[in-house]
Amino acid sequence: MYTDKETMIKDIESIMHDKRLTYWQRSDQLAKYAAGILDYPKDTPQEFYRLRDNGEICDLSEGPGPYSARYIIPDYEKFLKEGSEFLRLKPATNLMEATNNLLIFYHNCHGLDRFVVFIGRLDVLLEPFVKEMEYEEAKSILRYFLINIDRTLSDSFIQANLGPYETITGNIILELLAELQNITPNVSLRYDPDITSDAFATKAIETSLKCANPAFAYDKFYRENVGENYAIASCYNGLLIGGGAFTLTRLRLGTIASHSESVDDFFNNKLALAIDTQLKFMDAKIKNLMEERVFFDTDFVVTEGFVSKDKFVGLFGIVGLCECVNNLMKLSNLDYTFGPDEYANEMGVKVLEFINEKVKQHKNKYCYKEHFVMHAQVGTGLDTSDSPGTRIKVGQEIDLYPHLKQCGLYHKYFPSGVGDIFPFDETALRNPSAILDIFKGGFKVGCKYLSTYLADGDLVRVTGYLIKKSEVEKYRQGKMVANDSVCLVPGQQDNNHIFDRKVESL
Amino acid sequence: MIASINKIIDSSIVDGPGNRCAIFFQQCNFNCLYCHNPETINKCINCGQCVLTCPVNALEIKDNKVVWDSKKCINGDTCIKTCPHNASCKISYMSVEQVYQKVRDNIPFIRGITTSGGECTLHAQFIKELFKLAKKDGLSTLMDSNGSYDFKNDTELMDVCDGIMLDIKATNDEIHQKLCGITNKKVLDNARYLSSIHKLEEIRTVCIPGYLNDKETIKDISIILKDHLDEVTYKLIKYRHYGVREEYRYLNEPSDEYMQELKNYAMKCGFKKIIII
Repeated sequence: MYTDKETMIKDIESIMHDKRLTYWQRSDQLAKYAAGILDYPKDTPQEFYRLRDNGEICDLSEGPGPYSARYIIPDYEKFLKEGSEFLRLKPATNLMEATNNLLIFYHNCHGLDRFVVFIGRLDVLLEPFVKEMEYEEAKSILRYFLINIDRTLSDSFIQANLGPYETITGNIILELLAELQNITPNVSLRYDPDITSDAFATKAIETSLKCANPAFAYDKFYRENVGENYAIASCYNGLLIGGGAFTLTRLRLGTIASHSESVDDFFNNKLALAIDTQLKFMDAKIKNLMEERVFFDTDFVVTEGFVSKDKFVGLFGIVGLCECVNNLMKLSNLDYTFGPDEYANEMGVKVLEFINEKVKQHKNKYCYKEHFVMHAQVGTGLDTSDSPGTRIKVGQEIDLYPHLKQCGLYHKYFPSGVGDIFPFDETALRNPSAILDIFKGGFKVGCKYLSTYLADGDLVRVTGYLIKKSEVEKYRQGKMVANDSVCLVPGQQDNNHIFDRKVESL
Repeated sequence: MIASINKIIDSSIVDGPGNRCAIFFQQCNFNCLYCHNPETINKCINCGQCVLTCPVNALEIKDNKVVWDSKKCINGDTCIKTCPHNASCKISYMSVEQVYQKVRDNIPFIRGITTSGGECTLHAQFIKELFKLAKKDGLSTLMDSNGSYDFKNDTELMDVCDGIMLDIKATNDEIHQKLCGITNKKVLDNARYLSSIHKLEEIRTVCIPGYLNDKETIKDISIILKDHLDEVTYKLIKYRHYGVREEYRYLNEPSDEYMQELKNYAMKCGFKKIIII
């Protein structure tokens, strides 16, 4: 980024004068620019710079030396019960206090991307208070709470969780989501067909058809693989409550395969080297954060025990499995494609097994259980030849049932985040329980995280987060928008054609 | 056993509760003026007229029979429009096992199967065998029927069928005969019988202002089903010209307001679950 003083001044000036940025967006970009001038941690492997520059590894603009953990997942149950000395807040005794305390906490808690990425299991946290009140009175308070979240935490990566049990609070929140049509928060329903009632799950599907929220996370999988006390945060990241993730770095598998001379060269040389380099790079970054930055020594979320540093992990990300497999098919002179062809899909499994094995073997003493966790990242506007995570490239999608079966081959490798999106046409609103049947089938064939929205709606799920098409249009016209994430969309739209996803017509 | 199958839809969300595989049989014993898919009424008599009009040559005559090439077909339906016999040349003759293999491919994404038509009860024996296989896999089994079948005297069928979605086109027999060319006595008997054994999944009435007496039908059905109004869904179907034979398109399409008025009336008559489509 930084070359000389003159370039630096030019870059800063361009941030200063960008008419589309709000005050906070501008100051955030300036801060990122400043941190970006620093050197990468001293243990960064030399290969990292080459693989970053040739596009095989991407550090998601975390910059060379992050000064806080990337994802922070506070223990809000503890906070509501005990209050906070730093925030001068006492334990909450009713819904008004609880929601007010939470809003104050959200304002003061920051991950690497400025905002907190998890705002709690809202139904579990608030049900004790809601139970004691009239339905409409509780709904009125929750309406203001949700409006406040949307307008102040103006970033689509803020995530709330509901379920798996049906609660009054869960029902109210679903109703409000459909009514308010807000971008924030992103919501996941922890769904367990043995626990979540069909009526509640159907209501959740109907809500997602109206406002792209909530997505469905297969509760059993996350409980077993992340931990009983897990959260779904940011786009769809499975992390421990009271913990989080230090960092997320990604391999661009499609790009790596395109640099390979043969399938053998891919596995034994290019991919092996990229994995090894990414592991070492993440080690260096985490060591730097733990040993040279002050976050884990000073921030109140740590010092008051709302997160504990031994519950953090490193997220080993991948994108572009689709392009990777298709490139490998070309290298083998085979006319098979990722999606429709079983042979190609099996190659996808081989690639993930290979990566998973190496990630499993690697140890990092700072991480929970000393291991990194795999993450199928949702893509960024910078990816020109790598589709999100393990998804089939937009425009090449296959029929619904085979598509779900294909997704089911890959989801299990990614406890810390994966997901597929299936938009429906408006017929779906006539029978949301049918979509629930399809999702249930999806979970039976191995899917772990599924979401839907109505293709014609303004509010849609882009890759893992929500956006209003009308806001994107405004931004494209050079106008200011309050939500940060809108600026990420045009790149995704141009490279990944996210608004052109196949619509399931039933 | 072989049946003539018009089509199989892997995922239907409008043929009963949840996501279902819907199997459409060929042939019907009613001939309703407003039939939306008249090409399902009769079996092809191999007259060959469609072969002459098909724009992509997907049809040919082999051994005096019309043969359809599904790969060449672009589903433009010129054959359907040409056919003077209310039939389709695009049907498949399939065994129970062949049909069920298509159903099985959709597990675990479907909750059940629905047989429709035409009039599927004309293939009752076939359906019994099909439903037995479906039951083994835990699928629910529904039939879409015009109510002409004697369900009461087919306990073997009722043992494997979870419910009937019954068309009641008109309770006034004179109007019913004018519309369908047949009396409605059996239909109404079936409504009574099926509701008494809790296997009346749904009632459907296509509404046409000025031609049918929609309110009278709603009222009469509510009396017939008076003890089951909580459990039976009433689907009020807005008549549409789409698919209807040219000579009957003079019938009026109802307005949304008219349909809403009928819904309110049905509620007043005691129905709890009413859907307008």
